[in-house]
Amino acid sequence: MSVQSFTIASSLAEALAALAVGARPVAGGTDLVVGARQGKAPLPESIVAIDRLEELRGLREASGRLELGALATHAEIASSPAVLEWFTALSDASAIVGSHATRAHGTIGGNVMNASPAMETGGPLICFGAMAVLRSASGERTVPVEELFASPGRTTAGPGELLVRIDLPQQPPGTGSCYLRLEYRRQMEIAVVGATAAVALEDGVVTHARVAITALAPTIRRVPAAEAALVGSDGNAQAAADLAAEAATPISDVRASERYRRSMTAVIARRAIESAVARAGGAS
Amino acid sequence: MKVSAMLSVNGVAYPVDIDPGTSLLDAIRDTIGLTGSKEGCDDSECGACMMLLDGKPVNACSYLALQAEGREVTTVEGLATDGELAPLQQAFLTSGGVQCGFCTPGMLVSATALLAAKPEPSEDEVRIALAGNLCRCTGYDGIVKAVLAVARGA
Repeated sequence: MSVQSFTIASSLAEALAALAVGARPVAGGTDLVVGARQGKAPLPESIVAIDRLEELRGLREASGRLELGALATHAEIASSPAVLEWFTALSDASAIVGSHATRAHGTIGGNVMNASPAMETGGPLICFGAMAVLRSASGERTVPVEELFASPGRTTAGPGELLVRIDLPQQPPGTGSCYLRLEYRRQMEIAVVGATAAVALEDGVVTHARVAITALAPTIRRVPAAEAALVGSDGNAQAAADLAAEAATPISDVRASERYRRSMTAVIARRAIESAVARAGGAS
Repeated sequence: MKVSAMLSVNGVAYPVDIDPGTSLLDAIRDTIGLTGSKEGCDDSECGACMMLLDGKPVNACSYLALQAEGREVTTVEGLATDGELAPLQQAFLTSGGVQCGFCTPGMLVSATALLAAKPEPSEDEVRIALAGNLCRCTGYDGIVKAVLAVARGA
């Protein structure tokens, strides 16, 4: 099976029309083309390049939220002052996707729609309550990113739907957040286990908490029990971290055994929560 | 099936006729004939194929050539000017940053992108910027020294 059709869309309408008849989109190609070179999945028969669609680029502050165009690159997200200040965990995540080359061309849209259970930005997006805007030739709908991940490599988006934007809502005042992963190599690496935490404190008491685990289940997911343990506490991370470990359903694969992943979950979760608490308290 | 396109590489326009699934690396090495960029792993892990696309580093083995149309591609061949080595190339030679030379084109391109974006990086920043480029020979020290020497204007 080889590529039979390749076009570079010069308008969103053109891209959506191509998707409606079965073309698959490519932007930076850092999952699609890499996967084909690795032998994981061949290139689609019909490809529409969407990387020239200016309206999908960039980050915008708008009416109480930060809008990420689907073509916003990890490099742009990691260095954005707004993301660093208000959504620090997302900056943590984008800063460690692949290498410089990956981050220069890899997009948040491709990252989300590739729906890897180990992708870095999913935990932060879910913890921040991010909303995904999907367009197709027949309309537009908005869905929480949390509801977009269906299973490894699969989203709940329908055929012909293109992710065009991710909206990050304003977080409770003073929210501190962190994403951490366990890795063997410093760059060009995939998480062995990952954890995200976002907390807000008032007078030393946690009033808001979100915790998510990565590479520990078929999809990246929140741990409500860990969140409940944090709310009302002084931010002590161990109990919540242990609950995150209990919620993990790791597998054994090339990177780690199930047993090792299970052992490491509480460690990484604790570190992520401690860092989030410190950042919420104003410490860097 | 073949698609016709124009690829601009190091300021020169090359017409190509290629299968749409062709990587930028294969188009530049096999169709255009610029073989300075190397294939190490063919799936973006090693960085031997590193090129610049509109000044930003790209793993050319894992980038569709046709997507580079209308953009400016820089390869290692584009670093020297009129046969004179760029300061970075000279520094690699002086600092023992070259042994077998296979990683060198990719290293030079990544380092070029770093110094263009950040003229005075810290050592840690250099190591992170080059962390997408694997070297089997030098142990990286000579390479890092070379980049830092250029950054400090040596």
